[in-house]
Amino acid sequence: MSSPSIHPTTHHQLNKRTSFTQSVRNSLTMAYRGLLKIRRTPEQLFDVTFQPIIFTLMFTYIFGGAISGNVENYLPVIIPGILVQTVITTSIVTGVQLREDMDKGVFDRFKSLPIARIAPLAGALLADTIRYTIATVLTFTMGYIMGYQPDGGLGYVALSGLLVILCSWAISWIFAFFGVIARTASSVQGISMIILFPLTFLSNAFVPVKTMPGWLQWFVNMNPISHLVTAVRDLCNSGTFGWDLTISLIGAAVIVLIFAPLTVRSYMRQT
Amino acid sequence: MGYEHRKKIKAEDTNWAVEAHGLVKTFGDNRAVDGVNLNVRAGSIYGVLGPNGAGKTTAIRMLATLLRPDAGSAQIFGHDVVKEPQIVRQLIGVTGQYASVDESLSATENLIIFSRLLGLGRAEARQKARELLEEFGLTEAAKRPLKHFSGGMRRRLDLAASLIARPPLIFLDEPTTGLDPRTRNQMWDTIRQLVKQGSTVLLTTQYLQEADELADRIAVIDRGRVVAEGTVDELKTSVGSSSLHLRTQHPQDIEEARQTIERVLKVESNVSSIDGKISAPITDADRVTDLLISLREANIHLAELSVQKPTLDEVFLNLTGHGLENHSKQSGEVEEAAV
Repeated sequence: MSSPSIHPTTHHQLNKRTSFTQSVRNSLTMAYRGLLKIRRTPEQLFDVTFQPIIFTLMFTYIFGGAISGNVENYLPVIIPGILVQTVITTSIVTGVQLREDMDKGVFDRFKSLPIARIAPLAGALLADTIRYTIATVLTFTMGYIMGYQPDGGLGYVALSGLLVILCSWAISWIFAFFGVIARTASSVQGISMIILFPLTFLSNAFVPVKTMPGWLQWFVNMNPISHLVTAVRDLCNSGTFGWDLTISLIGAAVIVLIFAPLTVRSYMRQT
Repeated sequence: MGYEHRKKIKAEDTNWAVEAHGLVKTFGDNRAVDGVNLNVRAGSIYGVLGPNGAGKTTAIRMLATLLRPDAGSAQIFGHDVVKEPQIVRQLIGVTGQYASVDESLSATENLIIFSRLLGLGRAEARQKARELLEEFGLTEAAKRPLKHFSGGMRRRLDLAASLIARPPLIFLDEPTTGLDPRTRNQMWDTIRQLVKQGSTVLLTTQYLQEADELADRIAVIDRGRVVAEGTVDELKTSVGSSSLHLRTQHPQDIEEARQTIERVLKVESNVSSIDGKISAPITDADRVTDLLISLREANIHLAELSVQKPTLDEVFLNLTGHGLENHSKQSGEVEEAAV
């Protein structure tokens, strides 16, 4: 009996609730775990690496001439559009991976630890911002290579990148929710694509809204993706903050406010 | 095991590490846990014994705040698992049936992350990981991803991760299922060590031998209900008759000895074809005296004589009315160990 005895009363101070600082700390640790996992399996970055490159090339050269007369004039339209589309599509992976992760035994341990309930979710979502950052940087880089010269300057481009990353993070809460409630990872992928595909294409991301029929214009103008695309265009192409930026930020906040508690609650109820 | 150890607990205060009353959990039509009561004294090893699908894991998951009971209540060191889950989580360590560690990370990374989550600083976490890896003999494999770990190594890492905060109560869900005998013995030693250090251990097992070896008290669980509870000895006694085993000095006496036994004890006897050992149930201990006298009068010399309590295997069969078909191999081991 060389080791000290363990007694519940003297063992450590028992806290009934997790403090805010602890929640943040736990979430950051979980994010660190996410980064370690990405480092261990770099092949899961395949999509965020190649989608921006391939899509930017494809869409620009296919639609450029038809929509804006030439590729150069199309770039200020398509780069913000493709950026939003690519990065937001990337956020689906968050839900898919969360589902896969939750099916593993390690999540049981997380649940049995005295940590903030939100941490395993928040951490996973936070770690995924690295994916959005990669996609963002690659899309802009492709743009520059193809001759895109945003009038807003580098500072505003960076700012728009941050905006897209932030909004994608917010939207990833929706997919995280699907991830938590769905049975299998592939069904998460399926549901998410069905929602996102129309949302990203029925927007002003690729073509001018004027060319669409009236009823569609109504939807496209309502579509939050359109507002985000416009906000990015404002920032990149003219260095201005518009109403669309405000709407995008409010939209992101609303999504988080609704889906974060919803996701955490279903996550807690699951086992 | 631990006669001394059991005495030590009796001397200590009668704190309950676990008190569960009428726990129920239903999945659809299936009442996985159907009114389970459990009382585990602090500082002891408590075994929950039952076949696959008896509801052991479900019961543990409710006690570990991983699953909300449909009915009933449970306290861990006096803290309710439903009302004060966050406190309960600070008092327990859980090692699941399937290793609850991160497959894609290394052993060190796993331990560092769990340590950090438990509030240790960066340097402390690193230190703790190193210590635990050493304690569990995993230092060499520390940097390898878990994919390349053997089952035993994984379990050890899993247990190590449960011990970071040195929780006073540790749940072990089938800690040795699928391990080879050597690794299993190592695991048993580790578990005994834990209790020596003052932890309480609640373990589930389908192996009678394991419960026999480790547990101070045992609850036998079948189809979601506790069908028997007590010390290993109490359970064995509850099944009733002990049996008499004897061996004669001269093999030619076996048949006569057997007839004497059946005449005096008025029971059927068996002769083992391997070592010529005769065994017979003892229904009335008094008659054994008569038997020994009769044997001497018949001039039969004995080489060996013993009285044995029934094995847990027999206990289980007796309590549940059905055997452990899928564990016949394991039962064989128990008998060997008991002889």
